[in-house]
Amino acid sequence: MVDSNGAEPKKVVLKLYVTGRTPRSDRAIETLQDICKGELEGLFELSVVDVLENPQLAEDEKILATPTVVKELPPPIRRIIGDLSDSEKVLLGLDLHHHKKAPQ
Amino acid sequence: MDLVEKHPTGIDGLDHIAQGGLPTGRTTLFSGTAGSAKTIIAGQYLIEGIQQFQERGVFVTFEESPDDIRKNLASFGWDVAGHEADGNLAFVDASPSFGLETIVAGSYDLGALVARIEHAVKSIGARRVAIDSIGPIFSQLPDAHVVRSELLRVSQVLKRLGVTTVMTAERTEDYGEIARYGVEEFVSDNVIILRNVLEDEKRRRTIEILKFRGTSHGKGEYPFTILPNRGIEVIPLSAIELTQSSSDNRVPSGIQELDAMCGGGFFRDSVILVSGATGAGKTLMVTEFLKGGVENGERCLLFAFEESRGQLFRNATGWGVDLESMERADMLRVDVCYPEIMSLEDHLVRMKEVLEDYKPQRVAIDSLSALERVSTLKGYREFVLGLAATIKQREIAGLCTSTTPSLTGGSSVTEAHISTITDTIIVMRYVEMFGEIRRGLAVLKMRGSYHEKVIREFTIDGSGMHIGKTFRNVVGILAGQPQNVSTDELERIHQMFEAS
Repeated sequence: MVDSNGAEPKKVVLKLYVTGRTPRSDRAIETLQDICKGELEGLFELSVVDVLENPQLAEDEKILATPTVVKELPPPIRRIIGDLSDSEKVLLGLDLHHHKKAPQ
Repeated sequence: MDLVEKHPTGIDGLDHIAQGGLPTGRTTLFSGTAGSAKTIIAGQYLIEGIQQFQERGVFVTFEESPDDIRKNLASFGWDVAGHEADGNLAFVDASPSFGLETIVAGSYDLGALVARIEHAVKSIGARRVAIDSIGPIFSQLPDAHVVRSELLRVSQVLKRLGVTTVMTAERTEDYGEIARYGVEEFVSDNVIILRNVLEDEKRRRTIEILKFRGTSHGKGEYPFTILPNRGIEVIPLSAIELTQSSSDNRVPSGIQELDAMCGGGFFRDSVILVSGATGAGKTLMVTEFLKGGVENGERCLLFAFEESRGQLFRNATGWGVDLESMERADMLRVDVCYPEIMSLEDHLVRMKEVLEDYKPQRVAIDSLSALERVSTLKGYREFVLGLAATIKQREIAGLCTSTTPSLTGGSSVTEAHISTITDTIIVMRYVEMFGEIRRGLAVLKMRGSYHEKVIREFTIDGSGMHIGKTFRNVVGILAGQPQNVSTDELERIHQMFEAS
C-alpha cells in the first residue's frame, strides 16, 4: 500500500447519506468525524447528504438504507451501512487498518 | 357508508374477477413462484394505467435492472423508455449492484428508499406504484426484521400519498405459505396468488384472489395466459354472467327433416352439441349447418381442429356443398388450427378474437373433443365452459361436435362437461342390424321446444344427409348395445301401456 513505498497517502473521499436529523443520523456523523480525525489526520474529505433534501442524489447512487457511508476514493468503492457503532467494521470498511497497524 | 373503492387495473379479465379492480389507495400483494409472471403483471399494471387511464406510474425494482425491465416489457409492445421520456413513468432502481461491497456497522433503516419512492411519486404525480419484487432486498440486507418493518413503512407512505400499489413477492411452492420472509402478514391487506403449476406435463397458469380486506372479489383460481402483444389476459370462466337475452327466432339446421325433428329448426341463440363416434357423420352435420346458414343469408364461421382446409373442402364437395365459393363470397370463414400448437387458454382467447373480428351469425366447432388432449381435465372443462358462454353471449347459433370414445355409443368428457350448458343435444350412432351397419340420429334434448323423441335412420350420399324412418324394432341404441326386437314384442309393449 501507499505507506510501504513511502508515497504520500492519497486523500480519502467519503460521502455520508442520512435521512433528516435523527439521533441515529447525528450518531453516525459524530462517529465518522471522530474516526476520520483520529485515523486520517486531515487527509479526508467528508460530505453529508440528507436524502430528504436531495432524494435524486440517493437515486443516482442507488442508496437504500440510511445512514450509509460511501468511500468514493481511493478505489475500490465501498459502502458501510448503519449508525457506525461497530467501529471495528467501520475501520475495516474504510481500509484504515493499514494506517494504524502498518507493520514496519 | 365508507366503502373500499376499486381501482381498475386495465388488465383484461383481472378487473372482472376483482369485481372492479384493486382496492384504491392500498397495496395489493401478488405472490408467486419463479416464472409465474410477477414482473409482467407489475409492468402491465403501470403501462395499462398510462395507456388507458392517463395515470402515471412509478416502478420500484428490487430484482432486475431498469434496463432489463425495459427490454423484457418491450417484447409485449410496451414502450417503457418512451413513457419515461414523456414523464409518465419513472424507475426507482433498488436492484442489487454487483461488485459493490457493502458492510453493515450498526443499526439502520430504509429511509433513503422511502425518500426516493416518495420523491419519484411526487415528481411525476404518479397514481400507481409497482414494487417488483421484494425478495432480493432480504438477501441484500442482513436483518429481516428491520426490512419487514421498513417495508411496512413503505406501504404506509404509499397509502398517505394516495397511490394504489402492486407489490410482488416470491413463494417457494405453488401450494404453500403465501410468501417467503412472512411479508404478507404486515405489508398487505390484499393478497393475490399467481400459480404456474405443472400438471400432466403441461403448464397451467392461474390467478387467485386470496383476500381483499373490506371488499368483495371472485373466489377460486382462474386460468390466465400471456400473449405476445397484449400481456396477461385472465379468463374469468366461472364469472361469466348468463345475462344474454333469449329469442324465439328459429334458424334452419340445413337439413329439413332435422328441422322438423327439432320442432322447426334450432333457436338462433343456442348451443348445439352433436355427439357421435368417429365417422358417424358429424362433419357432414357441420357442413349442412354451414350450408343452411349461408342459404339463409347468415355469415358462418367454422373452427376446424381435425382436418385441413383442403380435406374439408374436398369432403364437402363429395356431399354437394361448395365451401370454397361460400368463402369467396365472404359468407363463410374456415379457421383451421392444429390443437397442439398452443394451450387451451390461448385457443380460447384466439377464438374470441376471431369471433369478434368476423362477427358471424353462426359458428361451428369441429371437433371440440380434439382439444381434449391439449390440456388437463380441469383446464379442458374451463375451456368448454368459457367457449359455450362466449357463444351464448354473442347470441348466435353454435354447433359443436364431440367424438365419443367407443364406436357404438357411450359419452365423452366433452359431453359430461358441456351437456348442462347446451340447449340442444343431437346423438349420432352406429346401429348394427342383421350384420349390417346403419346410422341413427336422435334429438336427445331441445330446451324450450317440442322435439321428436324417436331415433331415426339416416343415410349419406352425394347430396348430403337424408333422414328417414325410425328404428322401430331395435332397442338399446343410445346405450350402445342395439338389439333387434321382434314386431310382436313391440306390439305387446304398446298394448301394455294402453291397458293401464
